[in-house]
Amino acid sequence: MSTTQGVSPRTLLEIYRSALLIQLFDERMRSLISTGRMAAVYYSPRGQEILAAAMGVNLTPTDYLVTTYRGVHDQLAKGMPLKLLVAEYAGKASGACKGKGGAMHITYPAAGIMVTTGVVGSGLPIANGLALASQLKQDGRVTLCNFGDGASNIGAFHEALNMASLWKLPVVFLCQNNRFAECTRYEDGTTVAHVAERAASYGMRGVTVDGNDARAMCLASREAVERARSGGGPTLLEAVTFRFMGHYFGDPGAYIPKEEYAAALARDPMPACKALVLETGAASEAGLEAMARGINAEIDGAIQFAQDSSPPDPSEIERDIYATGAPA
Amino acid sequence: MNTAAAQATLSFTDAYRLALDEALESDPNVLLLGEDIGDKEGGGVFKVTKGLSTKYGAHRVRTTPISEQAIVGAAVGAALAGMRPVAEIMLMNFVTVAMDQIVNHAAKLRFMSGGQTSVPITIRTRTGAGAGTAGQHSDMLEAWFAHTAGIKVVVPSTPADAKGLLSSCIFDDDPCLFIEDSLTRAATGPAPPPGHRLPLGKAHVARSGSDVSVIGYGRPLRDSLVIAERLAQEGIKVEVVDLRTVSPLDTDGILKSVAKTRRAVVVHEAPRSFGVGAEVAARIQEHLYGQLAAPVLRVASRDVTVPFAKVLEQEYLYKPTAIEAAIRRTLEAKAPR
Repeated sequence: MSTTQGVSPRTLLEIYRSALLIQLFDERMRSLISTGRMAAVYYSPRGQEILAAAMGVNLTPTDYLVTTYRGVHDQLAKGMPLKLLVAEYAGKASGACKGKGGAMHITYPAAGIMVTTGVVGSGLPIANGLALASQLKQDGRVTLCNFGDGASNIGAFHEALNMASLWKLPVVFLCQNNRFAECTRYEDGTTVAHVAERAASYGMRGVTVDGNDARAMCLASREAVERARSGGGPTLLEAVTFRFMGHYFGDPGAYIPKEEYAAALARDPMPACKALVLETGAASEAGLEAMARGINAEIDGAIQFAQDSSPPDPSEIERDIYATGAPA
Repeated sequence: MNTAAAQATLSFTDAYRLALDEALESDPNVLLLGEDIGDKEGGGVFKVTKGLSTKYGAHRVRTTPISEQAIVGAAVGAALAGMRPVAEIMLMNFVTVAMDQIVNHAAKLRFMSGGQTSVPITIRTRTGAGAGTAGQHSDMLEAWFAHTAGIKVVVPSTPADAKGLLSSCIFDDDPCLFIEDSLTRAATGPAPPPGHRLPLGKAHVARSGSDVSVIGYGRPLRDSLVIAERLAQEGIKVEVVDLRTVSPLDTDGILKSVAKTRRAVVVHEAPRSFGVGAEVAARIQEHLYGQLAAPVLRVASRDVTVPFAKVLEQEYLYKPTAIEAAIRRTLEAKAPR
């Protein structure tokens, strides 16, 4: 595990704000879906907020992001506008993807959010291509590629890591090890203790970090991003975390032993980060409460925007198939 | 003395190389990826890229590991970032290894992102039965991709078309699958003018006629032209329509020809069932039911795995004699009153 020094109080507060947005957004989406006010296939990031936020503060707006269907924390930490996000969840014409992708496929190039894939492991080869373009154009961008521990067992992972290392691409592979690949325990699908160990097979730097520790995660992310940006090549960064809401929203999670779940909840990264922020004096309890109110007001506005928006016109089905025109 | 240019010919292999060379020369965003394509590795198993890495650098003409998913994925990502990558997948059966990248990502990202992103990649691949390469190196799989919205499928039948169509694929803003024929790679034809491009999605009347339309692409199209020439001596006027682009299909071009001839034979190398021929036949009857003088016939290969032994392989493949027989059968059919 990495050292936890070297993160300023201001950066910690920035991480906490980003993570709080993720947490509050997730709560509201689950509430909307469970009360029947929104119909969306939704994969909650609850428990994984800090790792995304601590990575996010190390990226620039023009850096590229590739993530998966459980990716709202990554998208929000990368600057995804709330209105376009909620409207897309609701399948409205005003959504980021005009209602054609939905929650599993959020795209917003204006914030560097290039691909959100619904297929496990498919993002890694694509991240290489984005990074290759940056390397050839020398535009200084870094590509962050997020995926779960389950993706480390699919062939695309192996092909992509080998190619990224071979070509020293400016990419960070962030494996969010939340201990379960869908409903299968990490240990029941993978033979190595840590996904990061696999980096050695590709001559790549591999690092395992406590993804729930804001300072450790921020430092490990900074190091990986700086290495990529300076031409040092890719890193396989494994952030150990836990997924509190199961695989899909509504997953009863019977496959998670009660004691294990209780122990994980006791290590919820959000209260821990809040305590750290208060301890550094970067914000007061009252200040953080005001922050939460401000975020909730923003989310309210986004939900209202989505509710007030129209669904796509049926003729939209003929658009965006090809660059020009509809097929015969 | 005629000018040398008017007499110039080139092979399919030369045509592919010419298109790639011109593209690399004219646009710094063009990038080639594929196994063995650099000169250090011999310029590709089929020598299409020979000389290009020396001319443009190994960073733009990149030899890759044997990793089809990573090759196509890298092309997809680079395209999302504004480049025009050309990925070479040595043989079409190996495209199956990269299906997720092609079907779920390259073809769909424009639509699924609501038009925010696009994937202007070209996948060059090669295939065809007749050289004894059996069931994992010979398949024509174009119908699979024609069945997926968002990707264009292109099959040239002359070297000049190969140049013009490949150039158009590279500079098209959508993903294109460009299918080269293994057997005819050394065949030659008239050279196209410099900068030659052909529109995608447009069929071409390769030979005009008024009695029957033969519609196809690739190698069987070449056979059809030979047959049409022979039948002309009997006074049978065959119109040969080269689709050039399998998807999106040029319905108007097909209908225009068949409305004139009232008879159609569709030819392709891929197996008969659920193939492009079925789609072409369906569109013809949907639009021209009352006007047809004969049922639309299909000539294609058998619905079996491509076999190795010569006698079996020939048994699998469509036969030029079958194209001629289908034309005659169509002409013998009684026209409705």
